[in-house]
Amino acid sequence: MSHFDDAGTAVQAALDAGARYADARVVLRRAEAMTARDGDVEDLDSTESAGLGVRALVGSSWGFYAVPDLSGGATRAAGRRAAEIAAASATVPGPPLDLVPTGAREASWASACEIDPITVPLSDKGDLLVRATAAAKDAGADLAEGIYQIWDTRKWFVSSDGHRIDQHIRECGAGLTASVFGDGEIQRRSWPAHRGQYGTRGWELVTELDLVGQAPRMAQEARALLTAPPCPAGETTLVLGGEQMALQIHESVGHAIELDRILGWEAAFAGTSWLDLGRLGSLRYGSELMNIIIDPGIPGALGSFGYDDEGTAAGKRDAVREGVWVGVLAGRDSAAVAGLDYAGSVRADGWARLPMVRMTNVGLEPGPHTLDEIIAATDDGVFMDINRSWSIDDRRLNFQFGCEIGYEIKNGKLGRMLRNPTYTGIGPRFWRSMDMLSSETVAWGTPNCGKGQPGQIGHTGHPAAPARFANVRVGVRG
Amino acid sequence: MSVDIVPADAELKLAARVIELVRGAAGAAAEAEVMVRHDAEALTRFANSMIHQNVAEATTRVRLRLHVEGRTAAGSTTRTDLDGLRSLIERTIAAARLSPHDASWPGLTPPTPLHHSAGYHGSGERSGLDFGFDEATARATPAERAERVRHFVRAADGLETAGYCRTTYTSAAFANSAGQAVEGRAAEAAMDGIARLSGSDGVARLAAGRLADVDGAVLGARAAAKARAGEQPVELPPGRYPVVLEPDATTDLLNMLAWFGFNGKAHAQRQSFAQLGAEQFDPSVTIIDEPLGSRGEPAVDLPFDVEGTPRESLVLVREGVTRALTHDRSSAARAGTASTGHAGEFSRTLGPMATHLRLEAAPAITEPVPTPADPAGPVAGSARPLVARMERGLLVTDLWYTRVLDPKALVVTGLTRNGVWLVEDGAVTAAVGNMRFTQSYPAALAPGRVLGIGSESVLLPDRWSGVRYAAPALHLASWNLTGNASG
Repeated sequence: MSHFDDAGTAVQAALDAGARYADARVVLRRAEAMTARDGDVEDLDSTESAGLGVRALVGSSWGFYAVPDLSGGATRAAGRRAAEIAAASATVPGPPLDLVPTGAREASWASACEIDPITVPLSDKGDLLVRATAAAKDAGADLAEGIYQIWDTRKWFVSSDGHRIDQHIRECGAGLTASVFGDGEIQRRSWPAHRGQYGTRGWELVTELDLVGQAPRMAQEARALLTAPPCPAGETTLVLGGEQMALQIHESVGHAIELDRILGWEAAFAGTSWLDLGRLGSLRYGSELMNIIIDPGIPGALGSFGYDDEGTAAGKRDAVREGVWVGVLAGRDSAAVAGLDYAGSVRADGWARLPMVRMTNVGLEPGPHTLDEIIAATDDGVFMDINRSWSIDDRRLNFQFGCEIGYEIKNGKLGRMLRNPTYTGIGPRFWRSMDMLSSETVAWGTPNCGKGQPGQIGHTGHPAAPARFANVRVGVRG
Repeated sequence: MSVDIVPADAELKLAARVIELVRGAAGAAAEAEVMVRHDAEALTRFANSMIHQNVAEATTRVRLRLHVEGRTAAGSTTRTDLDGLRSLIERTIAAARLSPHDASWPGLTPPTPLHHSAGYHGSGERSGLDFGFDEATARATPAERAERVRHFVRAADGLETAGYCRTTYTSAAFANSAGQAVEGRAAEAAMDGIARLSGSDGVARLAAGRLADVDGAVLGARAAAKARAGEQPVELPPGRYPVVLEPDATTDLLNMLAWFGFNGKAHAQRQSFAQLGAEQFDPSVTIIDEPLGSRGEPAVDLPFDVEGTPRESLVLVREGVTRALTHDRSSAARAGTASTGHAGEFSRTLGPMATHLRLEAAPAITEPVPTPADPAGPVAGSARPLVARMERGLLVTDLWYTRVLDPKALVVTGLTRNGVWLVEDGAVTAAVGNMRFTQSYPAALAPGRVLGIGSESVLLPDRWSGVRYAAPALHLASWNLTGNASG
């Protein structure tokens, strides 16, 4: 069933009420999540959400209104209300605003999916989490927790520029965490990542994770961490695993290259960016090994789509090429303000939220090495992986990250396990110190990226591989 | 354009209808609980001193939790027509029947009247419709929010500004198959903005039950004063410093204590530092959860939780002694106690959390406090007496991006934001650049470590509507600053 007419009604109502541009999205989303603890299902929740969000531009000012009612009267009223809100915005106006052209388009797109995750029997899905958490518990975990999440989203987008685009995106993922309790501290190990691995794929993604098979090792490593020596404090060579690299990219590159942050539109909450548009194309962000790509077209990655929520087709773009900053994540309005000619990175968390600049898939091109080669080439250092904590300042410069597990590196080999590994640094200095990068790339999915007011949760993807960094401060403690 | 107010008992009727449909589909033995909740949230956001995002939504959502044949499942929908409700019921029944046996099902809330705060009596024992609800706030228009933004921008007097003005209206009813049926409504207003000057940011925030109490000009002037006083910051070496945390910074401590300390599930799983009956905080510390509002302030949330348990005030810490934990029905059953009314949609997984914490202010200091040389300086009024008594230390406005390194010890790392100043001999002597800290929050509040508490608890908003803090300034003996934000 198409909802183009519902969206079109709202757009026309906004135009009739004085908007010079309007767009609307009808979104139907089903979501399902299950958690299990110590061999029992703990919670099972399924949600169904349907509604329309309409955006109106009056002069240089925006208004947005959203309703769950798709009747003709409600969608017309929503369009009028969006225009009325835009008129109120115009009482505290900004400079004249245009939108970069994206081209009228009628299109349809769907993510690839082998096994529809919604249709997999709940008993099978529950059994997987029960078996995985029981296996971790049996192997010595004091607390074993498992989770899977599924999202099935259908969207119909109409704009006054002539867009009529429908998309069907299916996403899912799962993960397992084993925790052990020591004297005043907790150690944990997660598989395959903190909060799990996610993608725009079907249930085949979850079965490939082998949660049950990996559970005993997670419990054993968490137990071993309790008696492992703490990560030493000081400056050293740091080797990061791929999962932690994904988080490093997300926090210290992905958010920093969001054009709305660079323009100050997020200054009061999410923050700004240390990047200065005047140096786009010349600023050295990192070493020559650093090639960061924005690519919403990666099959199966969590940040993938056919068209963003402004109707711009998915396109691949350099953000950092051989260490030089060359691109941003942009929307039609922010790009126009910045004098750029491309958009394509605007999304909303469902029908009730305003589309805004969001990461898609932002990740590293593969490097020339392997993790084994990186370890073998390191005389003295620390290896860390699997994120445990993350904190970064409001300009995306000063970060401190903690990992679940570390190992010392001595004379080209992994040595003792280290507990509570942390590292800290300043983004561009850190990236400039990257001197080895693996080719073993995985597109990690982050299903919990928070941004915006009211709050929105974004799904992003981050191709990442292990890498080595010189002279990094590690072992920061309270 | 005004928000539409839901007619009285409309949601209660819808909830009862869902219970009736569940009985028809799953039999009389099925245990069902239904929350029908209408949320209208409007937020006018500004940046670069212009309104750049201005949004509103109005959503009615029906949530059903069902326990049938020993198995449990929950679901929700925004489709409130008969087809949408039947679809919700059918898939929730199917999900429950395919789920494993739920040995920890705590049962339904029995019929229980609502608690009424001293200041706001309800209209009936099952109704919280008159709970200090301010209809003018619920009906606030985009023009009223824009007016406050305009005043904030003007009061900043040329400084670049950013932030939001928010109004929310919630109307809801809960019913279950055990006979509990309650309804209530709430409204909230909040404003949160910064002023910016040469890389120096100053902030001002306020939460209120009435939009009429939010004055954009007052907040804009306060933010601008802080920004002006923060220019040309110096860098200080990392180390342990005495600090005065202003109320905005104090809210972060309250938030973390709610998530990781007083959370009944985290406690049962041995992940919390909290020990009931133990002197874990300085004797000056008393922390209360106040979901019903207090002291003339209307509540910003409903008078019952998602399990239909009536909410009421709960003393978590009294004079330094940990007295209580927050529970939903599941964590309470495990702990052998009663629910404290802290069930949320995800509390079975994340644990039940307090969302309306008040750190009790200290009695007002009676001795004269020196008038600051610059009344428009950076120190919040409620923090001035504490600053005046600090020999050497830091005044911290706000904390940012705080994350837990170890939940048991509640060691947190984060950064300062929106203004830090060096205080010497009771006076601000220099602006200081932002710094990273790594600090155990319970240790910072431990016996002997709290040197003073401000005499005013300021009402402050959370990033999520319906969550509010009442926080005073705090003078702490030591705060572990582990680096400068610049490296």
